[in-house]
Amino acid sequence: MSRKIPPVRRRLLTVTAVGAATALALVGCSSPAANQASTQEFTGKYDGPAVELSYWNGFTGGDGPFMQQLVDEFMQEHDNITIKSNTIQWADYYQRLPAAVTAGEGPDVGVMHLDQLATNAARQVIVPIDDLAEALKLTEDDFTKEVWDAGVYKDQRYGIPLDVHSLAMYYNVDHFAKAGITEPPTDRASFEDALAKLQAAGFATPFWMPTRWPSHLINLSLLWQNGGEPYSEDGGKATFDSEAGVAALDWQRSIVDKGYSPKDVAIDSQYVAFKNGQTSITWDGIWQINDLTASGMPFATAPVPTIGDEPGVWANSHHFYLPRQAKPDENKVTAAKVFIAWMSEHSGDWAQSGMIPARLSVRDSGVLDGTVQEPIAEQIDNMRFLPPVPGVGTVQAETLEVAVANGVLGKSSPEDSLKTEAKKATQLLEKNLKSFGG
Amino acid sequence: MTASTQVTASREEVAAIPRGKAATGPGRRRGSRLEHNPWTPWVFLAPYLVLFGVFVVLPALLGLWISLHSWDYTLPLKPFVGLENYISLFTPDSINYTDFWASMRATAIFTIFSVPLLLAIPLAVALMMNQKFPGRNFFRAVYFAPYVLGVAVIGVLWRYLLDSNIGLVNYYLGLIGLPDDTAWTTSTPAAWVALIGVTVWWTLGFNAVIYLAALQDIPGELYEAARVDGANAWQQFWNVTIPGLRPILMFVTLITLIASANMFGQSYLMTQGGPSRETRTAIYQITETGLRNFQMGDAAAMSYVLTLFLMVLSVVVFWLFRERKA
Repeated sequence: MSRKIPPVRRRLLTVTAVGAATALALVGCSSPAANQASTQEFTGKYDGPAVELSYWNGFTGGDGPFMQQLVDEFMQEHDNITIKSNTIQWADYYQRLPAAVTAGEGPDVGVMHLDQLATNAARQVIVPIDDLAEALKLTEDDFTKEVWDAGVYKDQRYGIPLDVHSLAMYYNVDHFAKAGITEPPTDRASFEDALAKLQAAGFATPFWMPTRWPSHLINLSLLWQNGGEPYSEDGGKATFDSEAGVAALDWQRSIVDKGYSPKDVAIDSQYVAFKNGQTSITWDGIWQINDLTASGMPFATAPVPTIGDEPGVWANSHHFYLPRQAKPDENKVTAAKVFIAWMSEHSGDWAQSGMIPARLSVRDSGVLDGTVQEPIAEQIDNMRFLPPVPGVGTVQAETLEVAVANGVLGKSSPEDSLKTEAKKATQLLEKNLKSFGG
Repeated sequence: MTASTQVTASREEVAAIPRGKAATGPGRRRGSRLEHNPWTPWVFLAPYLVLFGVFVVLPALLGLWISLHSWDYTLPLKPFVGLENYISLFTPDSINYTDFWASMRATAIFTIFSVPLLLAIPLAVALMMNQKFPGRNFFRAVYFAPYVLGVAVIGVLWRYLLDSNIGLVNYYLGLIGLPDDTAWTTSTPAAWVALIGVTVWWTLGFNAVIYLAALQDIPGELYEAARVDGANAWQQFWNVTIPGLRPILMFVTLITLIASANMFGQSYLMTQGGPSRETRTAIYQITETGLRNFQMGDAAAMSYVLTLFLMVLSVVVFWLFRERKA
């Protein structure tokens, strides 16, 4: 018997996720490096020896090829800078980046979402780049205020905005034509009227209500439309269980109850169903535009209708950042800044990826004319963003996403599920405030 | 075997497995002319001990150390909190209490239902594959094939197959007149049926192969003797096959138990822990707490509690399979 045991031991010896993380923690106990970004004045040019920059991003969707195209273009113009892209799914990205940076194996430059900037600034994963914003002559009036302000944590700038992307309404043009709908719906009455017409035209379930991603983004959009706020200003309390939030989830559930959506829409299936023509309308991010265009299906986009009292839609933004380095290399830091500056100036080309350039001057230059996302971009003033609170992203994934799923599934009433999860979110936020030092 | 992730700590209890005769060591023969230096066995063991120390003992001790702190590896301050992380796991109104014990319950449900199936079905398959028939090797390969696939592949594959609205499984069930609206991934108990079914389909080949090897080790003379004594097929199975398999049964039970208790990938990919957090297993909860929320102190404490449960379970298995003196 005993000779049969060694294989077990070998199996269990495999280095495992938790084990690996522990090992990372071991290496990563060094104290944070000094503010590397301000050691050398940034002049906008890089004339030093050839450097290779590792560039981390999460453009795994239809946006990926366009980013690579931009990177190639940049390298053609800059002989002494080579960019090595590393593309990781966003969900894994935010888990790996702190580990890599803490272990001294982080990238030289990267892109992250607006709602992750404060978290990573507080964790000292990224460093301030005020001098870069100044050198680029970037000013507040060239950006939407919330996007610009979100790059600031404790009076220092950490992110340079690249784009803005929001939720949008996608609809099947053929279905709309058959149902005799000529204009995309804009408010609750016209939206529900459209759903009824689509059903009458033989499309039994015209609007599949997802239970998971992006259901919580729909919920946030509606909450803002109802005049609510998901979190208190200081980031210490979750308020997504307010009347505005409950009304939002009630409406989401009502789509299922009224039969416009089948029950139990599992992750991603509403999107697959839309591509297959099984459903007529879906609300998803504008980053899906290229994927839908490639699929060849007849679709169009419109802003998310105003179901509540005022227009409002969830949005997010990609920002460039510089990660903390164990041993900062001045040449690499300067080259990375040149890269960010170039990208910011070329953000108009990035519009082809389906995104909306963050800079007003770029948007007004006509790059969006005739694009699929043009009608969405016009609504940029109605876009709402998560507040720059450290740790809010993970708290939301742990709580609001579960609450919305439960509400849409009908496992518990919208009010109960939001109340339970908001209580938990507040506990987590309080814990965060404590560990990040307020 | 089912899990793609295993807790550092769970290795510990493997170290507790008695090594049998191997542990008594060489060179103790009385009257031997060569007197061994007491360090000799250690020198021979050294290469393995280094690996064992660096990858098993050290992480386990470090885990214990982390569990006594409020540990976020990205923050400079990692305050010592003593047993607070453990206490909070047993305090009903703490943040972690409800979710942790719910996840332990999920792990228990999965283990209780998957282990018996993973012990019985592979045995049946192995008995079948042990017969002589044309195409035997082909069928052996077929049963083992799913095990070759990674959890990511089978997770994503079955997530779409089992989708309640666009999945093939419900479509075919509808074609043959059965209910076609079962929410395999978004409602319980259907989600458990799905998770356990997929896991059995995925990993039965591994246990079957081990059984098969053991079956081939049982001497043919024993069956012959049994037949001479007039034993029928069932009596042969019960009195020859099962006792012959006993050592291997313990091994299979133990690894299946540990693997099931460490289930993570299937529910992460197929149900996202849902509906609500009902199919979120202990490892899932530990991963979320430690790697996504960076509360590694809490996560390490959870790992140690899970380890304790697994150690107790292993002892029970050893006791059940102990050599009974007739």
